Amino acid sequence: MLCSICKEKEATVHLTQIAGDKMQKVDLCEDCAKTKGVNDPTGFSLADLLLGLGASQEIEQAGGGAGLKCPACGFSQADFKKAGRLGCPECYQTFAEPLEGLLKTMHKGTRHVGKVPESLRQSRDVSDRLENLQKRITKAIEEEDFEKAAILRDEIKQITARAASTAAS
Amino acid sequence: MELDLFLIPPAERARRKGPHDRIVMSSRVRLARNLKEAAFPGWAKKPERIRVLELLRPAIEALPEMKGAFTGTMDSLSSLDKQILVERHLISREHAAKSAGSGLVLNREETLCFMINEEDHLRMQALRPGLQLRQAWAVIDQADSALEKKLNYAFSPELGYLTACPTNLGTGIRVSAMLHLPGLVLAEQINPIIQSVNKLGLAVRGLYGEGTEALGNVFQVSNQMTLGESEGAIVERLEKVLAQIIEHEENARATLLEKKPKMVYNHIGRAYGILANAHSISSKETMNLLSLMRLGVDMGSFPGVDRSLVDELFILTQPAHLQKQHSEKLSAEERDLLRADMVRERLRPVSRPIVPPAVSPGAGLDKPTK
Repeated sequence: MLCSICKEKEATVHLTQIAGDKMQKVDLCEDCAKTKGVNDPTGFSLADLLLGLGASQEIEQAGGGAGLKCPACGFSQADFKKAGRLGCPECYQTFAEPLEGLLKTMHKGTRHVGKVPESLRQSRDVSDRLENLQKRITKAIEEEDFEKAAILRDEIKQITARAASTAAS
Repeated sequence: MELDLFLIPPAERARRKGPHDRIVMSSRVRLARNLKEAAFPGWAKKPERIRVLELLRPAIEALPEMKGAFTGTMDSLSSLDKQILVERHLISREHAAKSAGSGLVLNREETLCFMINEEDHLRMQALRPGLQLRQAWAVIDQADSALEKKLNYAFSPELGYLTACPTNLGTGIRVSAMLHLPGLVLAEQINPIIQSVNKLGLAVRGLYGEGTEALGNVFQVSNQMTLGESEGAIVERLEKVLAQIIEHEENARATLLEKKPKMVYNHIGRAYGILANAHSISSKETMNLLSLMRLGVDMGSFPGVDRSLVDELFILTQPAHLQKQHSEKLSAEERDLLRADMVRERLRPVSRPIVPPAVSPGAGLDKPTK
């Protein structure tokens, strides 16, 4: 097995990390292990190593398509490869595809869980509730409970009317 | 206002108490936020950075919790002042290197600090003495909620808060605690502990964060992942791991006292001997020896001496703080002499360490309730 960093020498140091339900493995040759500080665990974090490694590989892949450039700020994939940081918030959309693999190796998930700005939270709540009501209507109709379906339909009407009036005000 | 007139005297700062502060020196929660329709600081041109700074600074200053805050641009601060802020863990080294287009807003109590145009447009952090992650999160969450009403944050329902570096994407949160772990270091148990903490997806770093060594047996533990896990869950996970580390540290101390008391008291005695008598001492050696003295205070070797004396010296003996007490520019060698003079003077009323009478095992331990 070859070293995952230099891809030249035989890997003699094998590391495994389990984070959450994901298992990641790194195989290193003696020299790379030394330069990455694996022999001195005080200053060593496998996660950092994996992060760096995963990142450079993914960025490498991302660099393959080269031509991509953010329309909002002019940041290119080559810039990302060099800096490891993005140019502007819009870049996340521009480079969505090459970033996907990177985010997977870096984080617990690829979808945000947690705080949402209040202004967005309200509109999100409304759409969640509407979606939920629509599902219950379908179910009620399937069960031929038309009385219940009518009540749910009225509820949807009320919510949309209220959302429309707050948006207008 | 001048920064040094604003900052809290080290003695006062060192006297602050918090839960488990025998081991957990401080807790911190920081959030990364950016504005929509503006390039990240690392890519933005200077006029754009200045525009962002001029937008963010008044919004932060208007927060009720920032009343009477210190506020300034990074180019208006001297490099010495910036270094003092780094030594107090109020700003990052990276931010200290910034100049025009970057800024800082710091509250009176030095518990809330906003860095403008560091790696992200806004890095805000809440600091608390001892183990108070939840409290720190509550404070910064509130400030963030107030700010989001006035600012247009870059946020995607899919990816959360958008940050310059993808490692901060999602919640943009970094929850961390600074731990004093001399017991685990002396018992040579620190490496396995660091490795298992790493396995849980948490980072362990030295005193000044990324890429710094663990001077004075002080370690920083923080979350690594920010996407796919809520803020509350991250805080809770860290709390659990910290409770474990605290317990291991207390156990290591108890075991050392039982099995190798001579080794422990030898370290403490020598640390006192050097600190109380040296005429030239580097900042690094000072930190490492003060750490052993702090352990001695915890173990009852210095009756009547408060831990805050050691913690104050931890701050005062660092290069920029030392330089600040002298008007002329000091060389490293001169600092070593003056540092030794100051430490000798401050330790004059402190008597030689004693070997405290054996206590029943487990007494006085700071074990967290789980």
